[in-house]
Amino acid sequence: MSFISLLWVLLLGSLLGLELIGKVPPTLHTPLMSGANAISGITMLAALTLIVKAEGNVPLLIIGSVSLGFALFNVVGGFFVTDRMLAMFSRKTSNKK
Amino acid sequence: MNLPVIIKFVIDLLAVLLLALGIKGLSKVKSARDANRLAAFAMSLSVVGLLSYYLGTSGIAIQSWIWIIIGSIIGSFFGAILAKKVPMTSMPETVALFNGCGGMSSLLVALGVAIFPISGGQENFDFFKSLINEVSISVSIFVGAITFTGSIVAMAKLQGWLSTPGWTQSKVRHFVNIVFAVASLIAFFDLINGNTSSIWLLVIVSSLLGIGVTLPIGGADMPVVISLLNSYSGIAAAAAGFVVDSQLLIVAGAMVGAAGLILTQVMCKGMNRSLVSVLFGGSLSAQSTASSGSGEYTNITSCSVEECALTLEAANKVIIVPGYGLAVAQAQHTLREVTKKLEQNGIEVVYAIHPVAGRMPGHMNVLLAEADVPYEQLKEMDVVNPDFPATDVVLVLGANDVVNPQAKNDSSSPLYGMPVLDVQEARTVFVIKRGMSAGYSGIKNDLFDLPNTSMVFGDAKKVLNDLIGELKDLGVGEK
Repeated sequence: MSFISLLWVLLLGSLLGLELIGKVPPTLHTPLMSGANAISGITMLAALTLIVKAEGNVPLLIIGSVSLGFALFNVVGGFFVTDRMLAMFSRKTSNKK
Repeated sequence: MNLPVIIKFVIDLLAVLLLALGIKGLSKVKSARDANRLAAFAMSLSVVGLLSYYLGTSGIAIQSWIWIIIGSIIGSFFGAILAKKVPMTSMPETVALFNGCGGMSSLLVALGVAIFPISGGQENFDFFKSLINEVSISVSIFVGAITFTGSIVAMAKLQGWLSTPGWTQSKVRHFVNIVFAVASLIAFFDLINGNTSSIWLLVIVSSLLGIGVTLPIGGADMPVVISLLNSYSGIAAAAAGFVVDSQLLIVAGAMVGAAGLILTQVMCKGMNRSLVSVLFGGSLSAQSTASSGSGEYTNITSCSVEECALTLEAANKVIIVPGYGLAVAQAQHTLREVTKKLEQNGIEVVYAIHPVAGRMPGHMNVLLAEADVPYEQLKEMDVVNPDFPATDVVLVLGANDVVNPQAKNDSSSPLYGMPVLDVQEARTVFVIKRGMSAGYSGIKNDLFDLPNTSMVFGDAKKVLNDLIGELKDLGVGEK
């Protein structure tokens, strides 16, 4: 993948992000922040790549593994905590009906 | 193109699509929960895609599997435990902690690649490519380190483990931060020149910069910083995407980065602060005490819980204005008991939610939802403001600056222009407050001096408990 096309990917991704988030009710800002935060743990893919390509280099394997741990802490914790918050909203609405 | 490449390509595309739909769905109450799960599913899908690609091409060594499993289990375990255990009131610091760890992860990846260049891809060495590689490594380290130390400092401050040191409120801090920033720039150019050891300088200085920038910021500005750091962690992820050549990482990172920026903007607007003044202005209280609004209160009416209960009993329509103080006192459940009693008596109860009520935008909604308040009773500021003139009683609980009429009437006030709730339009306003201390902005609240405002002094939770007792004595809510 050439550098230029990666830059295009960056640009379009940013624009997509701006568009998607444009119209959120304040109610959902905290869950959204928490959910987006979980998605930023996508660096786990970079950590995985590092481990796979380490080829027996133990220090690199350890760095990759620690990095993967941090990323998954972010991802798993982030999604769980967001779900906990959102569960409160949905419980209320279903009770009402 | 062979099969593994095609499969990975399709899975990546699908994952990006689902992530985008997930973020989109998170913006509507009805779809939010499913959207969150969709995003989580997309993330797992992307892992499957990546692993299957390597299985189909280079294969994955047993040793790599072992380290993958160790890292995954430990990280997921602690993440899940913390997410299950943490109380809803400490959401902001939890998000900060998760966020910091995301930044740390990007930092470590870049560091790993920098110290031990990955095999493959470097064979056909050309200057331009290695320059891009070094720049993306530097950006990933720089942003990752700032995100990590900044988030940890933010978490420590929110938890009360760390206070704002005095020197950080003086001009010295700008000098210190500029030194750090210049030093990281030097380290950056040194790194590009081929001096690999300066990577450590970059790590250290950008970590210090993260601390130096976050430490002076206090109080209600903290959520803005967390939101901004959340945006940074997206940028760090995108930079890591350049390091390992992954489009998926770049797209997802960019989306989160952009989302964080928008959210930060929204928070700033709600507080009538610009991002620049949050980042470089220091605590608002430090500036404003000297300027204006430090006048004396002349016409304070205080009243007992009993009077408050009597007025509430006679009301037809009550609006509750919950604020930061309610969250701190963890009185949302007690408040719900009070409003239940009022509702049983046929009194209409509505909650007016200021955009920045609580400790983060939307945090108050989460807290009230936790206390079983029906979602339909939560009204946003623009919806509820026209209702105040037709309201009998307003209960202000732990909110201060967001109900200050100065923001509308006094153009010399630092609050001027901030959107506020027009509670003074109601017939009677009760302000439940511990004492006469100023709000976060340190500015006198003109509302307290108005003739239709009465102060009920005491801790929010205790006052509400007493209120329940008084209402019971009056026979409210009993059939």
